Amino acid sequence: MADTDREDEELFTEPSGTQSQPASLSTEDVSANTNGPNQDALFDDDPEDLFAEATEEVSLDSPERDILLSDGPSPAITPITPPTSVIAPRIGHTHDDMFTHSSFDEIEEEEVDDSFDINISVSDPEKVGDGMNAYMAYKVTTKTSMSLFKQREFSVKRRFSDFLGLHSKLASKYLHVGYIVPPAPEKSIVGMTKVKVGKEDQSSNEFVEKRRSALERYLMRTVKHHILLKDPDVLQFLESSELPRAVSTQALSSAGLLRMVNKAADAVNKMTIKMNESDAWFEEKQQHFESLDVQLRKLHISVESLVCHRKELSVNTAQFAKSAAMLGNSEDHTALSRALSQLAEVEEKMDQLHQDQANADFYLFSELLGDYVRLLAAVKGVFDHRIKTWQKWQDSQILLQKKREAEAKLQFTNKSDKLQQAKDEIKDEIEEMEGRVQQDERDFEQISRTIRKEVGRFEKERVKDFKTSIIKYLESLVLTQQQLIKYWEAFLPEAKAIS
Amino acid sequence: MTVCVLNVDLQTDATLQVDISDALSERDKVKFTVHTKSSLPNFKLNEFSVVRQHEEFIWLHDSFVENEEYAGYIIPPAPPRPDFDASREKLQKLGEGEGSMTKEEFTKMKQELEAEYLAIFKKTVAMHEVFLCRVAAHPVLRKDLNFHVFLEYNQDLSVRGKNKKEKLEDFFKNVVKSADGVLVAGVKDVDDFFEHEKTFLLEYHNRVKDASAKSDRMIRSHKNAADDINRIASSLYTLGTQDTTELCKFFLKVSELFEKTRKVESRVAADEDLKLSDLLKYYLRESQAAKDLLYRRSRSLVDYENANKALDKARSKNRDVLQAETSQQICCHKFEKISESAKQELIDFKTRRVAAFRKNLVELAELELKHAKGNLQLLQSCLGFMKTNT
Repeated sequence: MADTDREDEELFTEPSGTQSQPASLSTEDVSANTNGPNQDALFDDDPEDLFAEATEEVSLDSPERDILLSDGPSPAITPITPPTSVIAPRIGHTHDDMFTHSSFDEIEEEEVDDSFDINISVSDPEKVGDGMNAYMAYKVTTKTSMSLFKQREFSVKRRFSDFLGLHSKLASKYLHVGYIVPPAPEKSIVGMTKVKVGKEDQSSNEFVEKRRSALERYLMRTVKHHILLKDPDVLQFLESSELPRAVSTQALSSAGLLRMVNKAADAVNKMTIKMNESDAWFEEKQQHFESLDVQLRKLHISVESLVCHRKELSVNTAQFAKSAAMLGNSEDHTALSRALSQLAEVEEKMDQLHQDQANADFYLFSELLGDYVRLLAAVKGVFDHRIKTWQKWQDSQILLQKKREAEAKLQFTNKSDKLQQAKDEIKDEIEEMEGRVQQDERDFEQISRTIRKEVGRFEKERVKDFKTSIIKYLESLVLTQQQLIKYWEAFLPEAKAIS
Repeated sequence: MTVCVLNVDLQTDATLQVDISDALSERDKVKFTVHTKSSLPNFKLNEFSVVRQHEEFIWLHDSFVENEEYAGYIIPPAPPRPDFDASREKLQKLGEGEGSMTKEEFTKMKQELEAEYLAIFKKTVAMHEVFLCRVAAHPVLRKDLNFHVFLEYNQDLSVRGKNKKEKLEDFFKNVVKSADGVLVAGVKDVDDFFEHEKTFLLEYHNRVKDASAKSDRMIRSHKNAADDINRIASSLYTLGTQDTTELCKFFLKVSELFEKTRKVESRVAADEDLKLSDLLKYYLRESQAAKDLLYRRSRSLVDYENANKALDKARSKNRDVLQAETSQQICCHKFEKISESAKQELIDFKTRRVAAFRKNLVELAELELKHAKGNLQLLQSCLGFMKTNT
């Protein structure tokens, strides 16, 4: 039906009206009424509201209903039109020059032309406001030579909920068609509360730094994706000085969305949809990612333990240094006393060294692993969406079959007066179903194609990421050893000087 | 086992050389083979060995402490009891958990625990040996009869550990001693040397105790970190064997690297333990022994002063004067004897201490450097390989 109009937008056709097929996990169940103000009242403005998570609800038949509450000029999401109809970034008002293409495929090819040259940094965390309404504002600076942007270098101020809002928009647009959308950093109620309360201590500084680093990595991963980079929401996020507040990001925090995806995935499994996998590639890849997930989690735990023990070592070394200094003070042999003081100094330097190394352990190794554990969840989600898409196609086929059987039955009845009308109706319905079946099949093939490409891209990124980070980590270890050598070499003559 | 790690300046003269040539660890005891080489006429042979257990060392030590003749000497501190409980427990837990881990993991952990057991074993042997060497080096103690029996008598000394009654007696003796010690410490010494030594030892002993405890904690953290690196190496190995991208070679290389560096890190922790922790622990015990010496001297001083008072009283009353005089003479003589030897002992203590610290600090620094350089080389060669292959 609709596909006859817009042949070049195979993905984006929409059967008339809202459809709800109870058997399948529809992603397009929409009704304007559900976006009422009650929802807004439930969700407090502050995304870091302590009780935010308590209001989350997930129901199988309308997993993405709440998406529609997010506001923003991005036309990709409007309360009325179902999301799938406007996936094409081409509808961006502010960036007409780029979006003359009508399908993803063409955009993907274009990637080769425009060399990827963009660097984003997140810096200068600044506390804005007081008390429980306070929040941290981060400066997001983009440096680029790409023609996609109006300027070469520009900054904006963003807060954490803005990042979450960006992710939720991207997730709702791209996840269910097979794109691996990088997950946003996780919320931390405890961490944020400390910052709000105004504790200017080391642990809250560490928290802010951890978050700043995570936000930076998140943005870099997002823009490295050639499709996401060109999304109007992303561009607006990076460029606009004012960004409308993302309300209701609680239900759609990366954790929340992930949870929804996971719950949906669980539901898929529980319904024992054993998909007739015609393509072994998918099964193989799924298994590969599953075992990778297990291994990465295990490794992550060990690295976190290392960070913890190194921090302990740093503290204990500092304490020993003090103790050695005291011992040196009470030692009445002058040369030995001096040597012990020197030992105390060396140990003090070692304490700082261990502290620095623990940070390297964390930022270069542990966080990399944490990021990938979360990314793998997004990958799993994408595979699950494919299964859902397949299921939808199967359901359409079943429905079509039913209608055909009904038509066949009609042929054999003899009630002439309503017969023609019924026959016509059924013929129309069958035509509609046939269209739907074809659309669903195309959707399935499209998502399969997209996933193949995405997995290839993901794996390439993964290889690069791990290599870069681990090499940096090893370099930090080298530095530590070099410093160690320096300190002990300075100490040795002092020890020998004891007479 | 012929190295006395803590005593540098022992005259290794031919007249008496003692070492622990072998040791056997049985279920709940350790058997030390004490080997003696001597040209002294007291012994039947010039070279001989006997087997001794920890209790017999303690018996020997206690016999020195209880001997009034040795009141003026720093009695070499007794070696601590061999403690394999923790290690044995870990080995047992490992055995129980064998089913839940892969064969490689099990073998690896077993090897580590065995290495740990061996390290503790070596340490306890060293500490028993040091005790014997100190006795053998002491001009007076080396002549002690009990010591010779200990070295030569090749039957079981039938020294039983103290029973409950005796342990209780010891406990009370110590309580009295510390109460006494407080009283006695309050007495200001006329002699500057001893006054200084008293204040010094008191403070030094406390600070060595603190340093020893902090050093232990630091080294434990170090061991924990090394264990983590071990687990990381294993995980990376599994990742390397399972990955389908070019990362597999990468992971395997890094896994190999971490296997090697964590062995180095373990060695660093072990060496720090040996050169720093053990040193501090030993001087904790020796400074206690020195304090005990000072206490005995103060005690004898108090006795001497009391004897003087008693003599004056006797003279004024003109009763039992001779008795009081002899008593006073004995106390005076005892006090002077103790003071004289104590002075020399304390000077020797300082010399020994300085030498031991020097030796260990130098060796500590050298070992830290050696290991850091080793680590550096491993890291750099791995990095070099990886950078050329990307």
